[in-house]
Amino acid sequence: MSESPASATPPPVTPPSNGGPPSVAARMAFYQRAGGIVTPIMTALLAFLVGGVVVAASGHNPLTTYREIFNGTGLNWFFQVGSHDIGLPFSDARVWFPWNVNDAQSEAAFNLQQTLLVATPLVFTGLAVAFAFRCGMFNIGGQGQYIVGAMVSVWVGSSWVGMNHGLHIVLAVVLAAFAGALWAGIAGFLKATVGAHEVITTIMLNWIAYWIGNYAFGQGGPLQNDFNESVPVSNDIAEGAKLPVFWGDALLQGLHVGFFVAIAALVVYWLTLNRTTLGYEVRAVGFNPEAARYGGISVRRSYFLAMAIAGGFAAIGGALDILGWQFRLGVIDIQSSQIGFIGIAVALLGRNTAVGVGLSALLFGALLNGTSTRNLDPEVFQPELAGNLTLMIQALVLLFVGADVLILIFWQRLRRLRPGRSAAREAPS
Amino acid sequence: MSIRAERVPGGWVRIVEPRSIAIGGMVLSLVGFFVVLPPLTLRTWVWPVTLGFFGVAAGIWAVSRGVRRVGWGAVVLGILGMTLGLLALESSVGKLDVVVVWSALLASMLRYATPLTFAAIGGMFSERSGVVNIALEGMMLSGAFFGILAAQKSDSWVFGLLAAMAAGATLALIHAFFSINLRADQIVIGTAINFLALGVTGYFFVDVYGDQGTPEGIPRIPDVNLPLDKIPTGLGEFLDDVFGSLNLMIWLSFVLLVVSYVVMFKTPIGLRIRAVGEHPRAADTVGISVYGVRYASVIVSGILAAAGGAYLSIGFLGSFNENMTAGRGFIALAALIFGAWRPFGAFSAALLFGFSSALAQRLPEYSGSAATLFQALPYVLTLIAVAGVIGRSIPPAAIGRPYIKQ
Repeated sequence: MSESPASATPPPVTPPSNGGPPSVAARMAFYQRAGGIVTPIMTALLAFLVGGVVVAASGHNPLTTYREIFNGTGLNWFFQVGSHDIGLPFSDARVWFPWNVNDAQSEAAFNLQQTLLVATPLVFTGLAVAFAFRCGMFNIGGQGQYIVGAMVSVWVGSSWVGMNHGLHIVLAVVLAAFAGALWAGIAGFLKATVGAHEVITTIMLNWIAYWIGNYAFGQGGPLQNDFNESVPVSNDIAEGAKLPVFWGDALLQGLHVGFFVAIAALVVYWLTLNRTTLGYEVRAVGFNPEAARYGGISVRRSYFLAMAIAGGFAAIGGALDILGWQFRLGVIDIQSSQIGFIGIAVALLGRNTAVGVGLSALLFGALLNGTSTRNLDPEVFQPELAGNLTLMIQALVLLFVGADVLILIFWQRLRRLRPGRSAAREAPS
Repeated sequence: MSIRAERVPGGWVRIVEPRSIAIGGMVLSLVGFFVVLPPLTLRTWVWPVTLGFFGVAAGIWAVSRGVRRVGWGAVVLGILGMTLGLLALESSVGKLDVVVVWSALLASMLRYATPLTFAAIGGMFSERSGVVNIALEGMMLSGAFFGILAAQKSDSWVFGLLAAMAAGATLALIHAFFSINLRADQIVIGTAINFLALGVTGYFFVDVYGDQGTPEGIPRIPDVNLPLDKIPTGLGEFLDDVFGSLNLMIWLSFVLLVVSYVVMFKTPIGLRIRAVGEHPRAADTVGISVYGVRYASVIVSGILAAAGGAYLSIGFLGSFNENMTAGRGFIALAALIFGAWRPFGAFSAALLFGFSSALAQRLPEYSGSAATLFQALPYVLTLIAVAGVIGRSIPPAAIGRPYIKQ
C-alpha cells in the first residue's frame, strides 16, 4: 500500500492486518483512499458494462439505449460550446461564457436543469452517509432523515403564511436540519451509550419515519391538507417559502438556488472534516476508536455528533426538495422516494470525499433523470425497464465498491508488471 | 450466548422464584385486558385495573430481586394492560365485536407471521455464523418473483417454490462470495443485493408481464384443510376458524421452527455455526472450515428467505407486483434481533409483529390514521430492544467481521 492517498488529508495509518479489525468501515475506508481515482471510475464503468449486458440479454440495443439515456440527462448541453454571455449576480454586468445559459428553454438545457435538480438532494444524502462513514459508522438511515427533513420543512413552509421571504426559507431549512440531526442523533446516542449497532437502529428509524410520514399526511392525519380529505397530501407551502429559481422557468421546475447550497455543503463538509477539531476527532475515531480514546478524544461525543451532523445533511436535502420544487409532500412521495438509499451508493462511489460525492451525485442524478418516463423514447427502451436498470446499475456499483479490494489487487499487479517500475525497485540492491 | 447464572432446583422453589412471579404478573395483566374484550366483554374497569396493578407489582418485586429483563417486561405489560383495557371500555361493544374476532385475528396473524418466520430463521443461520444479512428483503423479493414466474411457466407450485429457493440461493451465493472471499463490507453488499433484487425483479416483471401484471390462475401452494370442525362444542369451530384451512407453508414454518432449533442448539452442525460466529479463529484452530460453514449458512438463509417470499406471491396472494415485499425483510430482520437471534425468540417476535399487522388491518374501524401509525410498532419495539431498556439483545460476537485465514 505505497500509493499516496488521493484525498489530501488522512494521517498515516496501516491497514489492520488480521482477524479483528477495529471496524469494517475503517478498513474499507483505507482501501478506498488507497485506490484513488482509478477504482471509482473502473467501478462505474464495470457497472454500466454489466447493465448493458442485461439490456442486451433482454433484446434491446445497449448502445442506443445508453445514448438515449445520455441525451435525456441534458449533459449534452455542455457540447454546445459557443460564444455567449452570462449575467453576474447582484449587478447588470454581463461577461463572456462558453455556454448559452440565456436559452433556458431548449430541451438540453431543460434536461440539465432536471439532472441538477435531482443531484442536489443526492449530494446531501451522500454527505450524510459519507460523514458518518468517516467516523467509522454506516448510516443507512439517510432515507429516514431525508423524510424527517422534508416533513418538518413542509410543515414550517405551509405554516406562518406571510412571513418574511428569506426568513421563512431559513427557518424551514434550519428547523428541518435540526429535526434530522435529532432523528439521526437517536442512533448516535444509542451507539455511544449502549453500543447498539447503528445499522440496525438507523434501519428501524427509517421505517419509523416512513410510517410517521404515512400517518401524518395520510387520510385523517394531523398534517393532511385542509382542502380535500380524500387526497393524502400536505398543504402547499407558502409562496414566501419557495426557493428562488435562477435558471429556467419557475413554473416548469427550473433549477433553484438549493443547487448552490449543495455546493456550499460540499465545501462545508471538506472544511469540517479537514480543518476543524471536530473533524479531526471524527476521523480519528473512524480510523481507530481505541487509539482515539487513548489520545483523549471522547469517542462517544464523536459518535453522537457525527451521526447528528449526518442527519442534518440528509434533512437539508429533504428540505431543499420541498422548498425548491415539490412544494408539498404526499404519502406517495414518501413511499416512492429512494433518494436517501441512493445516497449510500453516492457516498461509497465518491469515496466519502467532498469532490467524489459531488461527482457521483451528478452521475446518479443524471442516471435517474435520463431514465425517467419523461425522457426516454419507449421505442428505444421502455422507461419502466430503465428505472429498474438504474436500480441494477446502482446495485452493481455497490457490489463492485465492496469488492474494490479485488480491483485494487488487479491494479497493483498491473503496475508491478510495468518494466520501468520493477527496474527502479531492484536498482538500489 | 447467554449463560444461565445457576441451575435452579425444581418444584416449589422454582415457583416463588422472582422470574416465575414476574411471568405470572404478565399473565395476570393479559387476563385483565382479555376479559373486557369479546367474547367475555365485561363492562367494568375493576378487572383490568386490579390485575394490571398486580402485574406491575409483581414486576417491580422481580426487578428488586435482580430479575430485570422479565421484571421490567411485566411492569410494561401491566401498564399496557390497564391502559388498553380502559381504552376498550371507552369503545362501543359493536365496534369491539367487529375488531376483536379472535379466530380471524389469530388466523390472520399466522398468515402475516409466516413469511417473517421463514426470513427471520434464515437470517438467524447467516448471522449466527457471523455474516450480517440485511439482504433478507432482496432475497424475499426475488423468491416472490421467481417463484411466481416458475409456477406460471411450469404450471406447478412445486417448481415455483424450488425456483424461488434457487433464486434466493443465488443471491445468497453472491452475498457469500463478496463478503466471505472478497471480505467486502457485509452491509454494503447487503444493501447492494437489496437494490439488485429490486432492479432485477422489477426489470423482468416489466419485461415478461408488461403493464398487465401477473395473470390469473397461477398454481398456488395449496391450503391444508383439516376437519377440525368435527370436534364438538364451540372449541371445534374456533380451532377450525384458526387452523382449519391454513396454507401448507404455514405448517412448514412450524416444522422449520422446531428443526432449526434442534439443528442450531442440539447438533454438532449448530455448534459449529455458533462457534464460527462467536470466535472464528478458535473454530478454525479446531479444524472447522470457517469459510465453508459461513457459505452454507448464508445460502441456507437465502433459501429460507426466498421461501418466505414465495409464500407471499404463490401462497398468499397469487400475484406479484413490483417491490411487493415492501419492507417485510426488514421486519424479519427486526424479529430476528428482537428475538435475540434464537429460533423461538424470532418466531415469537414474528407472531407479535404478525399480530400487530393483523390488528392494524382491522383498526381502521376506529381510526384509519391510527392504524397507519400502528404499523411502526415492530420497528419501535426493536429499537427499544436493541437500546436495552428491557433486557438487551446481544448479537453474535464476530458478526460483521470478515475472517482472514492464517
